[in-house]
Amino acid sequence: MSDALLKVRDLKIGAVVFPPGEKPRELEIVHGVSFDLQRGKVLGLIGESGAGKSTIGLASMAYGRGGVKITGGEVWVNGRDILKSDQREVRALRGGEVSYVSQSAAASFNPAKKIMAQVIEAAVAQKKFSRKDAEQRARCLFAKLGLPDPDTIGERYPHQVSGGQLQRCMTALALCPEPDLVIFDEPTTALDVTTQIEVLMAIKEAIRDTGVAALYITHDLAVVAQVSDYIMVLKTGSLVEYGSVDKIINNPQEEYTKALVSIRSIAHQEQPAAGEAVLSVRDLTTRYKGTKFDVLHGVSMDLYPGQTLAVVGESGSGKSTLARVITGLLPPREGEIQFAGRKLSPDLKARTCEDLRELQMIYQMADVAMNPRHTVGTIIGRPLEFYFGMRGAEQKKRIIELLDEIELGEKFFDRYPAELSGGQKQRLCIARALAAKPKMIICDEITSALDPLVADGILKLLLDLQKIEGVAYLFITHDLATVRAISDTIAVMHQGKVQRYGRKSEVLSPPFDDYTELLLSSVPEMKLGWLEQVIAHRKIGSVGASMFALPDGARIPKLGGTRRCR
Amino acid sequence: MNNMLIRLLAQRIALGLLLLLIISVVIFAGTILLPGDVAQSILGQSATPEALANLRAELSLNDPPMQRYVSWLLAAVQGDFGTALTSGQDIAQALGTRLRNTVFLAFWAAVVAVPLALFLGILAVRFKDLWPDKLISAVSLASISIPEFLIGYVLIYFVAVKLQWFPSVAMINDNMSLFEKLNAIALPIAVLALVVLAHMMRMTRAAILNVMQSAYIETAELKGLNALQVIYGHAFPNAIAPIVNVVMLNLAYLVVGVVVIEVVFVYPGMGQYLVDHVSKRDVPVVQACGLIFAAVYIGLNMIADIVALLANPRLRHPK
Amino acid sequence: MKIIPISALIGLFFTSLYFLIAILAPVVAPYGMAEIVGESWEPSSAEFLLGTDNIGRDLLSRMIYGGRTTIFIATAATFLSFTLGSVLGFFAAVKGGWIDQLLSRLIDLVMSIPTLIFALVVLSVTPATVPVLILVMGLLDSTRVYRLSRAVAVDIVAMDYIESARLRGERTTWIIFHEILPNALSPLVAEMGLRFIFAVLFVSTLSFLGLGVQPPEADWGGIVKENKEGIVYGIPAALIPAFAIATLAISVNLVADWVLNRTTSLKGGRG
Repeated sequence: MSDALLKVRDLKIGAVVFPPGEKPRELEIVHGVSFDLQRGKVLGLIGESGAGKSTIGLASMAYGRGGVKITGGEVWVNGRDILKSDQREVRALRGGEVSYVSQSAAASFNPAKKIMAQVIEAAVAQKKFSRKDAEQRARCLFAKLGLPDPDTIGERYPHQVSGGQLQRCMTALALCPEPDLVIFDEPTTALDVTTQIEVLMAIKEAIRDTGVAALYITHDLAVVAQVSDYIMVLKTGSLVEYGSVDKIINNPQEEYTKALVSIRSIAHQEQPAAGEAVLSVRDLTTRYKGTKFDVLHGVSMDLYPGQTLAVVGESGSGKSTLARVITGLLPPREGEIQFAGRKLSPDLKARTCEDLRELQMIYQMADVAMNPRHTVGTIIGRPLEFYFGMRGAEQKKRIIELLDEIELGEKFFDRYPAELSGGQKQRLCIARALAAKPKMIICDEITSALDPLVADGILKLLLDLQKIEGVAYLFITHDLATVRAISDTIAVMHQGKVQRYGRKSEVLSPPFDDYTELLLSSVPEMKLGWLEQVIAHRKIGSVGASMFALPDGARIPKLGGTRRCR
Repeated sequence: MNNMLIRLLAQRIALGLLLLLIISVVIFAGTILLPGDVAQSILGQSATPEALANLRAELSLNDPPMQRYVSWLLAAVQGDFGTALTSGQDIAQALGTRLRNTVFLAFWAAVVAVPLALFLGILAVRFKDLWPDKLISAVSLASISIPEFLIGYVLIYFVAVKLQWFPSVAMINDNMSLFEKLNAIALPIAVLALVVLAHMMRMTRAAILNVMQSAYIETAELKGLNALQVIYGHAFPNAIAPIVNVVMLNLAYLVVGVVVIEVVFVYPGMGQYLVDHVSKRDVPVVQACGLIFAAVYIGLNMIADIVALLANPRLRHPK
Repeated sequence: MKIIPISALIGLFFTSLYFLIAILAPVVAPYGMAEIVGESWEPSSAEFLLGTDNIGRDLLSRMIYGGRTTIFIATAATFLSFTLGSVLGFFAAVKGGWIDQLLSRLIDLVMSIPTLIFALVVLSVTPATVPVLILVMGLLDSTRVYRLSRAVAVDIVAMDYIESARLRGERTTWIIFHEILPNALSPLVAEMGLRFIFAVLFVSTLSFLGLGVQPPEADWGGIVKENKEGIVYGIPAALIPAFAIATLAISVNLVADWVLNRTTSLKGGRG
């Protein structure tokens, strides 16, 4: 194994943490991790937030972000221990032998300089290419990565191209100096699902064509399965399991890996619609104050008691606006809302206490959905007092009941939100909504900010509670896997319109309209070769024919002509 | 230059002018609406009603306020601020030399303070959380808590009186050479520089840190660039606007700080002139000085905003 | 509870000491405020601990009474600026719309004139009595409090827990007192310290310029002015009140800094 490109031995990494009101102290966040990476191979690093994957990735460039310090072990690149190298050698390594693609290209590009200047900078500074050759190579990479106008895009400033394009520019930036190894740090996480697949394919082809080795860091096992040769599963700074992609996906050994692989396997059987709709919206059209464009165009849908209506769409589809209209925060210009058999006033102020109680809402960011100065008891107690006049011992008894229902228990009664984990906070928000005994809860992307396993737990809890309490959910999300997991009815939204609407089985069965097909086929699946299948399928030409570059790197048109440079 | 940017710049300049106009109204109205009467103030409590009436007529205090304001503003725009009530002197003429003296003092204070503050600010960033940074923070915390005149008198007491290095009174006149003038105002320059230094250092430090913590600086470091290349290639182009902003805001602050310092060192500038005439209740002089100080202050703030607009790449290169 | 850092303890000690002396001035001062007891500018002695001033009054007594005036004016002005600024700031943040716009533009306007220049213009026509000084300083300074409290409240109002309370049907007053105030209190308390320092410096500056507290009343800025001629003869009497101003300001600053740090570390938690 002496010819391994990257050899990591017993890597230990520490970070300085600043607990509130206490002295800063050092904490070990990576506990002795070892692995090898051969030339031209791709290793996927996977784990939840706090697993230490980005930290390990940056350590292979001898870099520690913020207060992070490499405290022990060895990192060998091209046969030399870079942790023992001097400044000059480390600089030659960075950008020359190893380069880095970050999650947010928008923040990683200098806003004051043109893209081309930044893409070729490392190659020129490391004296790998002359300026002219580097520019030539950059243009070639732009073309290979499927960027529009590869000859001139480098003359633009970062804010003049879209997020997906900038992420590909960042890949070009990393590949330009002909490195031996590229660290991809969640390069597609911030992108919409249909953009993600384009970028993913572009990265995959670029890796294959240039023969570079890569560390691909992500929290999404389905994504990493598409691009890697090997996968390393990490949990809280330690190695859980390492193996070939095939072995990890199809034959995982560790419990944790098994849980990650089976993550999207909640099977909720679609229930037939029964009774009168608890919510029906008809022809909702609205726009924000002071703007001239409608953000919702004639949206109609129904939600039945004890069921889940999933509203799915990408950013800008109008799905969150729909929630604001239903809650009365944004009055519609046209259309009406029927709730529990009565007409809801368009304005929040005109709604009755009963309206407000029966229609509850849960937010994406549990962090800011609860007052940080209130205890758990106060937070859940307030709706009990407000709607039912419940106080004292009676209130406390009910709060503890609710805490038990969300699987937290009495010991959380006196805690503050800041003392809880992300998943626990979201559970509390669910309890607060349930305290009002609502007929319906609007869940606005409530699992998007959570790690996959935690999100899975929340979804299971929601389904259990639905059975017990008979509450209906309007579930807003961009994640089709979540939709599959919990919905009875689905509304696909695109650019403010309902693109497709119906029972789950109908919506998810062909024939599809173009957008739904694109959306559905873009969701990464936990199986090998999925990406190639989708691409091959698309090349045959259902949606946006020839979306991707041919292997020889020919020029490719933009997606369906609809995506303009933002 | 593009239309969007030009429009924003025009808007900002128009706003500055509008602000100045409103300020002139406020300054004028403030001096006539507030309780108290100019004629009474000049003649004192024992004045006879006839004398008061005569003086009011002479100062055209009986005209409608609007008419008085318009004629005052029109004259002021042309550089005519009327005559001082107390001395009968032409205000514009007296202001001329004094304004020059004040600008002279402020200019040299800025020449000393700006490079020093930038240098120390960068030093604080370079040694962030180490002793030079902590020392710089402590000094600036202290100097924000200390009145300007204390610094002035401490310097006078030790440097001028005990050590006799520099004169304690900053008298200058046209016959002095530049060197003699600078020697005379060495102490006021030092005090003024110290006073703005603290603010400017803190703000420079914050502005640079803000840039240095951006993700694109990390990208540049991960490209294997050396410290110089990172700073000149990536940090500097983005830090220049906030730094110019800091400098302008502090120059505005300096212009006001000059008032107290001139009194401490008996320096023949605008500040001294203003303070003298406030105690004499010489309203036309106060109005004229107030307007000029406000104009300089608003002007410097406007330049700060304009630089920020010009430096924003999103505005310079629209989609 | 966490330990109070040593700098904050020092700050707390001196701040309370100054306030205590101010309150007990007639008890602790050895002589009367305007009582002429000796020659001018006598040096420090057992009789006159800090010596005498330019017309032979006991400097220590004058300092004590002067501190009382300075601290009283500064406290009153801070109180005024805080009540006015924070009430208007919260009101603007919660109401939003044209009320917010109108108030904020008005405040911008006042803030576009340097405070000292504004005060000088006003004092050129009104008599410099204590109530006028408090009013002028309080009003001018309330603009800064307004800006801060509005900014803090706007940040809080944007939080989902406020929207959640609105959707629950809570009234505006309940939201202000139960949801906003607990979160806005700490930054406001820290700001109060800074405003107090500013008020001390400001009233001292005005008195030093001869436009603040009028003799024979004493205040620290005024004592500097009375004794400044002595500096040239090497008599440091003027430095003593100036030094008192500086130590008071630094002490309060240390306390404010601590309160502010406590706030940010609370925010820096996972919340």
